[in-house]
Order: sequence, then C-alpha cells, then structure tokens
Amino acid sequence: MPAVSKGDGMRGLAVFISDIRNCKSKEAEIKRINKELANIRSKFKGDKALDGYSKKKYVCKLLFIFLLGHDIDFGHMEAVNLLSSNKYTEKQIGYLFISVLVNSNSELIRLINNAIKNDLSSRNPTFMCLALHCIANVGSREMAEAFASEIPRILVAGDTMDSVKQSAALCLLRLYKTSPDLVLMGEWTSRVVHLLNDQHMGVVTAAISLITCLSQKNPDEFKTCVSLAVSRLSRIVSSASTDLQDYTYYFVPAPWLSCKLLRLLQCYPPPEDGAVKGRLVECLETILNKAQEPPKSKKVQHSNAKNAILFEAISLIIHYDSEPNLLVRACNQLGQFLQHRETNLRYLALESMCTLASSEFSHEAVKTHIETVINALKTERDVSVRQRAADLLYAMCDRSNAKQIVAEMLSYLETADYSIREEMVLKVAILAEKYAVDYSWYVDTILNLIRIAGDYVSEEVWYRVIQIVINRDDVQGYAAKTVFEALQAPACHENMVKVGGYILGEFGNLIAGDPRSSPLVQFNLLHSKFHLCSVPTRALLLSAYIKFINLFPETKATIQEVLRCDSQIRNSDVELQQRAVEYLKLSSIASTDVLATVLEEMPPFPERESSILAKLKKKKGPGAVSVTDLEDSKREGGELNGGSDRGPDSGAMAASNASTPSPSADLLGIRSAAPLGAAPTSAGSLLVDVFSEAGPAAPSAAVNDDGFLSSAPPSEDPATLLSEADELLNKFVCKNNGVLFENQLLQIGIKSEYRQNLGRMYLFYGNKTSVQFASFTTTVSCPGELQSHILSLNVQTKPVEPLVEGGAQIQQVLNIECLTDFSEAPLLNIKFRYGGALQNLSLKLPVTINKFFQPTEMTSHDFFQRWKQLSLPQQEAQKIFKANHSMDTEVLKAKLLGLGTALLDDVDPNPENYVCAGVIQTKGQQVGCLLRLEPNGQAQMYRLTLRCSKDSVSMRLCELLAQQF
Amino acid sequence: MIGGLFIYNHKGEVLISRVYRDDIGRNAVDAFRVNVIHARQQVRSPVTNIARTSFFHVKRSNIWLAAVTKQNVNAAMVFEFLYKMCDVMTAYFGKISEENIKNNFVLIYELLDEILDFGYPQNSETGALKTFITQQGIKGQVSEFSLTKEEQSQITSQVTGQIGWRREGIKYRRNELFLDVLESVNLLMSPQGQVLSAHVSGRVVMKSYLSGMPECKFGMNDKIVIDKQGKGATTEDAGKSGKQSIAIDDCTFHQCVRLSKFDSERSISFIPPDGEYELMRYRTTKDIILPFRVIPLVREVGRTKLEVKVVIKSNFKPSLLAQKIEVRIPTPLNTSGVQVICMKGKAKYKASENAIVWKIKRMAGMKESQISAEIELLPTNDKKKWARPPISMNFEVPFAPSGLKVRYLKVFESKLNYSDHDVIKWVRYIGRSGIYETRC
Repeated sequence: MPAVSKGDGMRGLAVFISDIRNCKSKEAEIKRINKELANIRSKFKGDKALDGYSKKKYVCKLLFIFLLGHDIDFGHMEAVNLLSSNKYTEKQIGYLFISVLVNSNSELIRLINNAIKNDLSSRNPTFMCLALHCIANVGSREMAEAFASEIPRILVAGDTMDSVKQSAALCLLRLYKTSPDLVLMGEWTSRVVHLLNDQHMGVVTAAISLITCLSQKNPDEFKTCVSLAVSRLSRIVSSASTDLQDYTYYFVPAPWLSCKLLRLLQCYPPPEDGAVKGRLVECLETILNKAQEPPKSKKVQHSNAKNAILFEAISLIIHYDSEPNLLVRACNQLGQFLQHRETNLRYLALESMCTLASSEFSHEAVKTHIETVINALKTERDVSVRQRAADLLYAMCDRSNAKQIVAEMLSYLETADYSIREEMVLKVAILAEKYAVDYSWYVDTILNLIRIAGDYVSEEVWYRVIQIVINRDDVQGYAAKTVFEALQAPACHENMVKVGGYILGEFGNLIAGDPRSSPLVQFNLLHSKFHLCSVPTRALLLSAYIKFINLFPETKATIQEVLRCDSQIRNSDVELQQRAVEYLKLSSIASTDVLATVLEEMPPFPERESSILAKLKKKKGPGAVSVTDLEDSKREGGELNGGSDRGPDSGAMAASNASTPSPSADLLGIRSAAPLGAAPTSAGSLLVDVFSEAGPAAPSAAVNDDGFLSSAPPSEDPATLLSEADELLNKFVCKNNGVLFENQLLQIGIKSEYRQNLGRMYLFYGNKTSVQFASFTTTVSCPGELQSHILSLNVQTKPVEPLVEGGAQIQQVLNIECLTDFSEAPLLNIKFRYGGALQNLSLKLPVTINKFFQPTEMTSHDFFQRWKQLSLPQQEAQKIFKANHSMDTEVLKAKLLGLGTALLDDVDPNPENYVCAGVIQTKGQQVGCLLRLEPNGQAQMYRLTLRCSKDSVSMRLCELLAQQF
Repeated sequence: MIGGLFIYNHKGEVLISRVYRDDIGRNAVDAFRVNVIHARQQVRSPVTNIARTSFFHVKRSNIWLAAVTKQNVNAAMVFEFLYKMCDVMTAYFGKISEENIKNNFVLIYELLDEILDFGYPQNSETGALKTFITQQGIKGQVSEFSLTKEEQSQITSQVTGQIGWRREGIKYRRNELFLDVLESVNLLMSPQGQVLSAHVSGRVVMKSYLSGMPECKFGMNDKIVIDKQGKGATTEDAGKSGKQSIAIDDCTFHQCVRLSKFDSERSISFIPPDGEYELMRYRTTKDIILPFRVIPLVREVGRTKLEVKVVIKSNFKPSLLAQKIEVRIPTPLNTSGVQVICMKGKAKYKASENAIVWKIKRMAGMKESQISAEIELLPTNDKKKWARPPISMNFEVPFAPSGLKVRYLKVFESKLNYSDHDVIKWVRYIGRSGIYETRC
C-alpha cells in the first residue's frame, strides 16, 4: 500500500475530530456535527466544482459522523465520483465510504458496479484489489450477480498478480458464502484446485480457504485436491525453518497454511492411494516428532504456532481413526500437555482426549492418564478446564475403572462449581448405572450422590434408583438398610427422604427384624422428616405410611393417630387432605385381605431406556451430543437396566419409547388404594410417567375419568343420524332381539346371534303404510374410523327386494365377522321412495364389541390373580355413575348375563358386588376382560371397573356399560 | 420514603451521596450513572427503574439530582422534594453548578440532614432553615455558640411549633410587600391559526418585609369568588364582572395558606414567611390572551428550494411593550444555504441548531412584522420527507396572559400599631412564553 504522503493528512478532518472529542456534552457534540453537516452540504451544493482532495476530506468527515451514529443521507454521489479518481487515496476513501454506507437497494448501485467493473479490468493491481475488497465487504446479492462470473476468471488467469489472486480467492469465498447459488465453479474447478500448486504461498493460503468451503458442499468435485494438499503439506513439513522466508513464523514454516491444509484433509476420508497415504502418515509422524523437539525459540508465538499445527494434525488422526500407531502417539503427546504450564494447552489436550477416548484404538492409551486427569479435576484453577476433565473422565470410563472414576467424581462433587454440578450429577448417575457390577454399589453410589449434591439431583435420578430397586429382588433388603441408615443423618436432603419413604414403604419389612430398625423406629424416622418437606414429598410419605399399615399391622394405631391429627386431615393442601382422609378410612374400614390387595408391593417396571441419558444429551445441546452418541454405540455388556437390549439403534428405540405412553406410571399404586370415591387424580398425574419423555398427557387421561369421556370418539357425521341412534344402540347392548326402529312408515325389527367372532343378524323391514315403497335399498357401511386404517368388522349383506308392498315385511341377513376390536358401530343406510318423496334414513346397527364375548368361569383365586396381572393403568377403565334404572338384583344379573360374560358368584368378598369374566373373540386375537360392578344402594351410584388385556377394549366397554345400569 | 439522594456532575461523577436507608446499596450510585447519565440513548423519562430500584432525577444545568428508593413512593412527592431541594440550594448559594456544589459541600450535607429524616421530607422552608443552618462558616458557628438559651429555645419552638415558617419578633421600619405574578403561556397552533392546545401556568411570588405576625388576605379575580359576590348584584354587573374574572383549573399553595379557609370560603389568608416565597401556583386553560400570533407560509419550490415567510402579530394593548422576542424557524436537514430578509430585528441561520433564529428586542402591541427566507436544499437519495417541526417562539410581556388580576392584598396586624394603609405594596405582572409553537 502506498504510504500516505504529508499532503494527504487532511487537517480539516483532524480538527473536526479533535473538536468532537473536546465536546463537553452530547448536546455540544450534536451542535458541532450539525454545523459540520451544514458546511459540507453547502460545499456539495454543486455551484462550484470541488477538487479531489476536498471531496475526499468531506466524504471522510461524513464517514466519521456516520460511524458516530448519525444518519447520513447525502454525499453518496461524491463518494462514487471518488471511485473514478486516479489517486489511490481518493479511490480508497471512496471504496471505504461505499462499503460502509451504501445499502444494496440504492439506486447508485449501477454506478458503483460500473466503477468496480472498470477497476477490475484495469491493469493496475492495487485498483483491482480495492475493487475486490469492496465486493467482498459489501457482499450483497447484487454484487454477486454482477461479478460472480468475473472473479473466477481473474482468479485463474495466468497473468494476474499474486496479490490480486489472493484477494480474488477470498472475495469469491465471501460471495459463495452469501449466495452459493450464483457462484458456479463448474469449468473452473480443476484450475482452482491447481492453485494449491501455486508458487506463491499467499495465493495457496487464500485459495485453500475457498477450496475447503467449496469441497464441504460438493466433496466429489474437489476430490483431486487431497493428493495436492498432501504433497503441499509434506513439502512444508519437511522444509527447514528458513526455506519459506516470508512465510516462516517464529521458526515454524507456514503455520496457517499447514493448519488449513490439515483442515481441508479432514473433509475427506483417508486417501485410498497407498503412496499418498504413506506420504500423509509420514507428514503426521513428522509433525508429532517435531512436537518432541526442543523449542527453537522461547517466544510464546513459536509454541503457539507449533501447537496449532499439532492439534490440527491430531484432529485429522482422530478423524481418520484408522492408524492405531498414530492414535496412541497422539494420545501420549496430549498426555504430556496435560501437565503443561499453559492453561489453554491443558484445556485443548483434555478436549482432544475426549474424542480420542471414543476411538477403540486409543481408548486404552487414554486410560493410562487417569491419574493426571483426576488430579486436574481436583487442582485445576480454571473451571472450564475442570469441566473438560470431568468430560474426559466420563468418556474414558469403562468397567475396569468405573469404581475409581465414580468415586473420584463423587468426591469432587462436594467442592465442584455450581455451574457444572447438575451435569456432574447426571454423569455420575449414568456411569454408576452403566457400569455397576453389583447393585449394592449402585445403591450406595446414588444415595451418596443425593447426600452430597441433593439439590442438583433431578427427579429422573431418584426415579431411576427406585425403578432399579423395585426390579431387583436381591438388592431390596440392602437398599432398605442403606436408606434407613442414610435417613438417620440429622439433616438429609428432600430427595433422600423421597427415596427413603418410597423404599421403606415398599421394603421396610425386609429390615424390620432388627430391633434397631423395628417398624415403629422406621416410621418415627420417616415422620421426623415429614414437616420439613414440600407438599409432593409429604404426599409420598403419606402413601408410605399407609403401606406401613399393611406391612406392619402393629404400627396401625400410631399411623392412624398421625393421619387423624388436624395438620393432616385438615391440611390446607387439598391433595394431602384427601390422601389423609382416604388412607385413614381405608385403614379403618378395609379388612387385612383388602389392604393386602390394595397395598400390594409394586410390580416390576418394564425395562426401558434410562431417561437420565436423554436428559444429559438435552443439557449438552446439539453440539455436544455426538460424543455421547459415540458413547452409546460402543456400550459394553455390563449394563444393569434399560441398556441391555440396546444396540446401535438406540436412537430409534428411544423414539419409539417416547411415542408409546409409558406403562405403569403410578408408582405407589394410588389408584388401587382408593376404593372409596374418586382416585386422587392429581396424584396420579404427579407420579405418572417417571421415566419416559412421553409426557403425562396419555396416562393422566387414562386416570382421569373426565378425560376418558372427552376422548371418546365423536359419532361420525351426526347430522344424518337420527338423534335417538345412540339410545337405540344402547338398548341393544344387553339384548339381541327387538325393535330397532319405528316411525309412521317403517318398522325395523332385529334378531341376531353370535358365536365366537362371527355373528348373524336378521333385519326385518316392515312397511306400515298401505303404499308401496319403491327402490328400497339398504347399505351397511363401517364409519370412518373403521374404514380408514384397518377393517375391524367385516359385514356382508345380501341385497333386498327393491319393492316393499304396503303392509308387507321383507327380511335381510347380515353376516358379521369381527376382525379386531372396534368402538364405532356400523351404519345402516336405508333409502326408499314413498309416494314420490325420497326417504333417507341412517341408523347405527347394534353391533358392539361385547357381542363377541365368550363367558369364562373361574374361581375367586384365579380371578384375583388375573385381576392383578392386568394392573397397567391403561388396561383399567373405571367409571362412577348414577343409576339410571332400578337397582334390582335380578334385573342387574339379567343385564350382566345379556352382556355375554359369565357372572361369577362367591368371588368378590362383598356379596353386593358383581363380578364377571369373559373373553372377547376377534379374528386376530382374544381379549380377556374382567368386570366388577359395585352398586351403592344408598347413593344410587355404581362403580364400574373393567380390566382388559387390551386398553382400547376396556375403555369402550366401560363406555358402553355405563349407560346400561 | 426516599432511600438516598445523589448529586452528579455532567460526567457522572458523584458530588454528593447521602443514603438514608439500608436497602440502598453503594452500587445504586453506579447503576444510575451507567443506565441514565451514560446511557447510549438519552433517557427522557424522569423516573427510571433499575433492578427494582427507582431513580427519580431532575437536571439543573449540568448537574443531575437523583433520588433513589426501593419502595413504592409517591413520585409527585419525590419530585416536589427535589424541586424544593433545588430552591433551597439556590437560596443558599445561588446557581446550582458543579463549582458551587463542591464549595458548599458541607452545607449541602447539613441541609440534607435537616430536610430529610430517614427518607421522610421535613421542613424545607428556606427562611426557617436559614435561622439554624447559617452559611457563615466559622463565624456562624461562633454565633451559634453564643446563642443564648432563650434564643435556642425560641428556634426550637418555632421549628416545632404551629407556624414553622416565621419567627416572632421581626421588626421593620418600613413595612413593604412585593407581589409578582409570573406566568408562562403554552400554545400549539395549527398553520391555519386554530388553537390546538393552550394553557397558562402561573405563580404568585411574594417578598414580604412586615413586622410582627401579620395576617394577610389575598384576593384576585377568581371566577367563583366574583360570582358569589355578584349574586345579589344586577345582571349587568354580573356580566361585567364575569368578563373580568378567570376560571382557575387547579392551584397549589404555600404551606402558610390556611387551606380550610380556602376550601370553605375560597379566600386566601395566611401569615406570610419573612422574605421571598412562592404563595401559589395555578393553571388556567380558558380565555387565554395569546400575546402573539404566528402566521407561517412555507412553499416548496422543486426539490432543491424552499421559501418560508413568517408573519408575527402582537395582540395586546398598544401601550404595552413585549421584550426579548425570538422566533425559531426550523430548517430541513439537507439545507445547504439560507438567505434571510427581515424588516425588523436580526435574523440568522444557525446551522448547529438546524434553524433560522429571528430576534427582536422590543415590539409594541397591535403591530405586525415579517420575515422571509429562501432555503436551498441538497438533493438526497433518502426518500424521507421533511417532518416540518413547528415554529417556536420566545417572548416576555408585562401582563398576565391568563387575565389574572390582583384585587387586594390586605394586611392585619393587631398587636403592632400599623394598619393596612401603612404597608407599601408593589404589584408586577410578567408573562413569558413556555412552549409556544405554531405548526407550519
């Protein structure tokens, strides 16, 4: 760049700037600027021509004012005029003004483009550079449109100066980034790639940025660059520090270029050509060797440049992941950096090691540095480095060192920074679960975790430990004992109380033999924490108490006392109050048998993915997920839960997990514990779905009776249906024969019989008038839901006579086959002409799912065993409703028999209750159904509970039957 | 409940910092500086909320006064206090400037201790304050020590007594009384001469040099009072008096005025403080006499030229003289040159303010004057149209634009033997322009 001569100093500008800097207040500054703007305006008025110098000076002032934050709405023309000047400084100021101030939609853009075009075609390299810089700085679409075809030509032309080539390459890169569709390399590709062979290192450096960007978009076209890049790299690496003269930076030959070359190579897989590959490996080895050499300079720039190349080389090695030798060497090199003075180096080393740990070749090598890493975790002053150390520990953990690493992380957790605690907790929880060899260790670890960092233990972590304890018989006793001991600490975290309450409530009996942990002691211990806890925890503890009553009848009196006291039974929180009232009643009314059934031990949870992992992934954000993904895919066998059936398709698994509503949400069996009124629904949703991301929507709908009703599919196209259609349908739920429909014209009688999954229905159409019905047609259609996906009912009809004489009756036979369960009844559409008027009639055929019942006889014991097996919340449907008809025993019995099920006597302990069992036969499967109807004569209410092996069936049946009684 | 009070110079350096309550931390000082004084965009709201702390500020020349509180206080009370604080400081050391504040730094802390107690405003009457916070430095201190017990107890009883603003035993040879009616008239007028909004805010300022504890009664042509009096009179009388009476929209009084009496009889009676004070403030919006009418004429000739003609007409008695007249005609932002011709006064284009300023020293009533200007414009590539800000005006006239007249000011002093006739009374009216704008 030509030096600015003395005469170009622009004194006026300097004076103006110093004036502004001397302004005492903002107001004074604005006044000064206004004055200057007025002055410039009067100068630009155009009545006298300005020389280049003054024009440049005023444009400069305008630029300065603009940069101070004021709007400039004139002077653009003068700036454009400067572009055509032949003086470098004037042209430069003109371009500067334009790249800062001209917006793309300005009308001047044509003039500017013209000036740029002139400069580009001039032979003056400085002017060409200025023009290219301007294009790159503005970088607008218009610029790209105008010059995208021009610049590649300049870039590859033989006679272009090197400095112009550099600018052209970078300018093209910029245009490519803003509007990639306009920059078409096509014909230029190979010539651009060959710029890597250019004599001038600057050109190569500029070109490689462009090539890297282009090859990321279309790697195939630029494939040839790999061998060129390798040869270039090897030339640089093998050159002596003095060879490259201008491009040697503190004794390191061309560090920027080397880094860029290595980065370009990371866009491609390892070269297939053996020679090229050999050369590349040689280069990488040389780089690793050079790192071992004593530094040629003590300057920090020297080591920075050297390390930059080294780290880029290590990234490439990790990227290739195919050279065990190199990987191990890289790992050792990084190991040296772990103890380096430079904090940044330690950080980078830890970060790179994290990726190395995931490679099978270097995993062992990384493990050798465990002591150093642990030390770093403890002593490092910089929190970000500590975080990396924690990440690395997590990454290098496997079965052999899990105990050590988990212990170290736990001990570090006590002093860890608050910002990383939550993540650390999740990591410890995951490692403990993943590599646990025995469950007692796992339980110990998690309880320790809660003790140390209770606030950071998210719900998922303690849900998980409970899930595991419930599923493993062998650990339950130990867990109860440990929890009991942990709770004895004077101050324990609420999460600990939650775990304690749950586990003691379930398995307190396992340690009750010891007089030190007798039932009463356990209870008193839990209750001593009660008042310090939040409402959800208290609710959980209340459930634990009622479980205690079941486990240890001797505590009944004490617990009832507690439940009865005002702070429970009159608690202002409605949830707690309800639980207290219900549990108290339950404990005093129900017999021990009932209690034992209601408060039975929780069934094992179904195996599923640990949601902790998902949480960690979410926390780390999309950028960091890849590391954990790698982790997942190299998972080993020794996992406890959830992971055992997981292959590389764990992502898909997780997805399917998330979409299906989670089974067995209700941890404490709240629903079975509430026989006297509505189940505490909010509690259900509170505890619902502890592990999967599916969200409480589905299960809570299943719990909530109202949600149930609203989720019932609305009848199709209600306009065409007669309003009584549904009532008609209900009439036929429990009987097979009768009059389906009657009006002044027509009577339809019905007679049906069912066997297994088949049914036959006779329809009798009676003409009540004395006039003939013409073109009498009937069609049976299955409504939308049935048709759309799977045909669940196969209805075959025989056509009827088109004419029905007055007073006559015709018969139609329908053959029905049930393919799978359904909820919508098929529609019968009848059309006929009566006295010229077209009559159209739609009816629902009384085909309901219960018609396919096969009665099943079973004993009381069998019934309750089956009943318990069907304990998933979706499998159960329950409804409490007011009696619509008489509650006479015989009538009820007849109805229940008409339903198709077997009415079982002497099954329910309460003789008032009705219990039925049956199997619904469909073509595809058989659905076992158990029914329990509990009438309440005083309140004229019923409670109907259905449990079926298929959840949609229980819902539908419950809906149907609720209207029958 | 003001939590603290800070005074800053124009750079945001703290000159005075007095914290009254613990909930105001030290960082509050910086918060105000960073968020208001040094704010990127000028903060126009006088109340700023930063981190649940409210800052109420006023600016006097280059000095910022900020009251800080964490509570939900009455903002009007805080501003009233800040204005009072300014008045007190002006009364003690003249103009509020950085120099003066630095020189009187001890005095200001003393004042702040006295007029705010735990954040609650106390007596801020300058006259009363001056009896016990004296400005004479060491000399004052000596005199304070030399106060007799009697004098000290007198100060105490006065400050804590019923009439805190006046001490007993004042004696003047000549009983004199000065009364100024100061008004500022605000106007916004459409180019066609339609009044869009107009109001007058006025103050009655008194200077009293009266002996003893005189009882004063102030009367003016308040419409309510006149109507009440004119009830029995003939319709002709009522019509006549109705013309001369004014409707006061709202008014506030000095603490010495007996509000109960004003409420019941609408008479203003009081025992005046000694020296200068503001007796009342008021606002009127009806029947305002607009002293000047501005008739603008703006013509755009092509894209590069603008012709402006402005006529001003004075609209008051020819015998009266208006002073310090200044008309400010805004010019477009792309003005590149201005030629001005005016018959009277001087006119100049001030580039730094983007306006033509036309100054006339004096102008009698019922006169007319005119200015015409040619403004050359630079074509810009911005399509933005010039917003045409209104033409504003400044002036001073020797009458009250609201029409307020002082009817009487009676002085009764029963103990000392001087009567209303012996008091020399001076009355003066000054009307100034507030924001007096005409759209063009």
